[in-house]
Amino acid sequence: MTPPDSLEVRGVIKRFGDVLALDRVSLRVGSGETVALVGESGSGKTTLLRLFNRTVVPDSGEVAIGGRMVGGLDPVQLRRRTGFVQQEGGLLPHWTVLRNASTVPWLLGTPDPEERGRTALVRVGLAPERFGHRWPRELSGGQRQRVALARALAADPDVVLLDEPFGALDAITRADLQDGLRDLVGPLTVVLVTHDLHEAFLLADRVAVLRRGRVEQMATPEKLAAAPDTAYVARLLERSRLVGEK
Amino acid sequence: MIGRPSSPGVLALALALAPASLPPRPQVAIQAEPVVVASKPFGESYLLAEMFSQLLEAHGIEVDRRPGLGATELAFQALRNGEVDAYPEYTGTGLLAILGEEPSGSATEVFLRVSEVFAERWDLLWLPPLGFENTYAVAVRPETAERLELETLSDLARVSGELTAGFSPDFIGRSDGLPGLESAYGVRFREVRSLLQAVKYQALDAGQVDVIDGYSTDGAIDRYGLVVLQDDRAFFPPYDAAPLVSANLGRRNPRALVLLASMGGRLDVRTMRDLNRRLEVDGEPIARVARDGLLAAGLLTDGENRVGTGQPAASARAGTLVEYLWGERSRLLALTGRHLLLAGGSLMAAILVALPLGLVLERVRRGAEGVIRAVGLLQTVPSIALLAFMIPVLGIGVVPAMVALFLYSLFPILRNTYTGVRDADPVAVDASRALGMTPLQVLRHVRLPLAAPVIMAGVRTAAVINIGTATLAAFIGAGGLGDPIVSGLALSDVRMILSGAIPAAALALVVDLGLNLVERRLAPRGR
Repeated sequence: MTPPDSLEVRGVIKRFGDVLALDRVSLRVGSGETVALVGESGSGKTTLLRLFNRTVVPDSGEVAIGGRMVGGLDPVQLRRRTGFVQQEGGLLPHWTVLRNASTVPWLLGTPDPEERGRTALVRVGLAPERFGHRWPRELSGGQRQRVALARALAADPDVVLLDEPFGALDAITRADLQDGLRDLVGPLTVVLVTHDLHEAFLLADRVAVLRRGRVEQMATPEKLAAAPDTAYVARLLERSRLVGEK
Repeated sequence: MIGRPSSPGVLALALALAPASLPPRPQVAIQAEPVVVASKPFGESYLLAEMFSQLLEAHGIEVDRRPGLGATELAFQALRNGEVDAYPEYTGTGLLAILGEEPSGSATEVFLRVSEVFAERWDLLWLPPLGFENTYAVAVRPETAERLELETLSDLARVSGELTAGFSPDFIGRSDGLPGLESAYGVRFREVRSLLQAVKYQALDAGQVDVIDGYSTDGAIDRYGLVVLQDDRAFFPPYDAAPLVSANLGRRNPRALVLLASMGGRLDVRTMRDLNRRLEVDGEPIARVARDGLLAAGLLTDGENRVGTGQPAASARAGTLVEYLWGERSRLLALTGRHLLLAGGSLMAAILVALPLGLVLERVRRGAEGVIRAVGLLQTVPSIALLAFMIPVLGIGVVPAMVALFLYSLFPILRNTYTGVRDADPVAVDASRALGMTPLQVLRHVRLPLAAPVIMAGVRTAAVINIGTATLAAFIGAGGLGDPIVSGLALSDVRMILSGAIPAAALALVVDLGLNLVERRLAPRGR
């Protein structure tokens, strides 16, 4: 089995009208590595994440996946082999849980996509025979996020992009899902956007702190906690009580 | 053979108008197509058209009846366009409403003027006047006349500030109507209400208005014992009734032309008022009244051709509404079928155009609002006006009616498709794109299903509007449930009006409920 693709951005600039969302960002995610992007709202973390499945196109700079330029790839094919969980789950409300989970295998023309969907549901801890025929609105928030995760994993991608996957959940459900996630995506290349430093420290091999479209610091959780590069990073850590109380 | 022409002069005139190559033996005249006889939507016009038709039929000429065409403009356009061969018209209307000229001259002068201009400009012929005048008659209740000492229009002008008038929309707008009356006599009413011909007399009788315009031959004037005020300044122009025909009819079927010309001078005001009363007040069947009129005028002899016309008779007004509806059931069923064809066909066409257009506009976005607003402007064109615009292009009948209904249906469907697809759950749309759906797949599997309830709401709105508006199609001879409504209004027959209005309302309800079921089937589940 080939190792999962690495990801890289070099000198990317992206503007939305007058707002500079990404300001010459460079960053590399190694094969099989999990990188968390943290920062306040508007720091550019979601924009950065979306470069990798080309749902955001940079104004300048380069984006590469597995060493190949994203700009040269067919975006539809790229997205089908990149797992993606968005902020509010984004389940299709008019499709059943099973159909949602089977979406990507179906798009790829895989034989028996529903079987792939069922397997994915089992992996995220939802019994297909109990949940498969339900509508998204009949599920709890945590269950919906599990389905979104199953949908992202059903076609066995080797890159997974997670945009605040647990953002809207209560603390207990959140902790529950966070525990499961490491096992599910462990060997894959993962980019996780979160505003929660605890989550970043728990799940990521390395953490990138973004501020106003720039990377302030990128390091392992241990190194980040021990030696923040800037006052901003230090303040962020303090506010999250990840340092000082220990 | 041709039912005794009134004078050799008339016959000579009619023959002179026919082409020189007229076959020597009239009975071999080619009659491939039936003669299309139309009327405007009021009782006397219906009656005269029926008399024209029966006279032609009594001489073996096939007739296609198209009664109740919208109003002067619609009937005239249809004639000009060759959709209609003949309809009864009034010289004054020709001069003022059609030619837009100032009222002037004697009855003869007006007749000669319209004859000349119509022949030259449109190849249309005014046949000899029938012998009676049906001019505007301004009428009041007898108590009002007594209390205010009214005899003439000059008397009326004196007290007009205290009175409420109920005039037909026609009269309010025409130069020989209210505007002219105001300048000729200086009348200024306290209030002027626009009332349809059919309800004016009831409104006057009930005291809701004090003054109305009517026609001098209206049977209702006698029935309500109204006082007609004298036109002491001879303001109203002469309104001699005459057959207005296309010259082409003379070439195609000279006998028909001669027969219609032979009616000249045969009907006087008293006869006409009596016939109108029998039709409109007593509710006698139009076929019988028309036949009696022809007999009285000596245009038919009693033994001649017992006319068993296919004309839907205005049946004598006995029995309950339910009995009436039951008696008319087969006709009403046919009319309902036609109505569904008009409304349904135009709706289908509108869906086929508006749905793709809405989708294209949603993709382009640029200028979309402008296009939608332009289509929306169509909605503001009054139905009758839209129908009138259609005639020069498409003639009369089913086609122009369906085109008009199609145009009215576009807007609700277009607007809802555009908005529904544009605003479809943005998170779901974003997710489906990020999972690798192509734009077409996003449209087909996500946006359209999510927009379906909004689109269907637009279709339902269009369907209900269509079924309502399709009743107006009767004004341009397209049939449908508007037929009994228009006839009923013209003949002041409430039961006849209801026999069209009730099924039309029921149809709207049923279609809306049916589409509601479709909507539920189409609506995305799990919402």
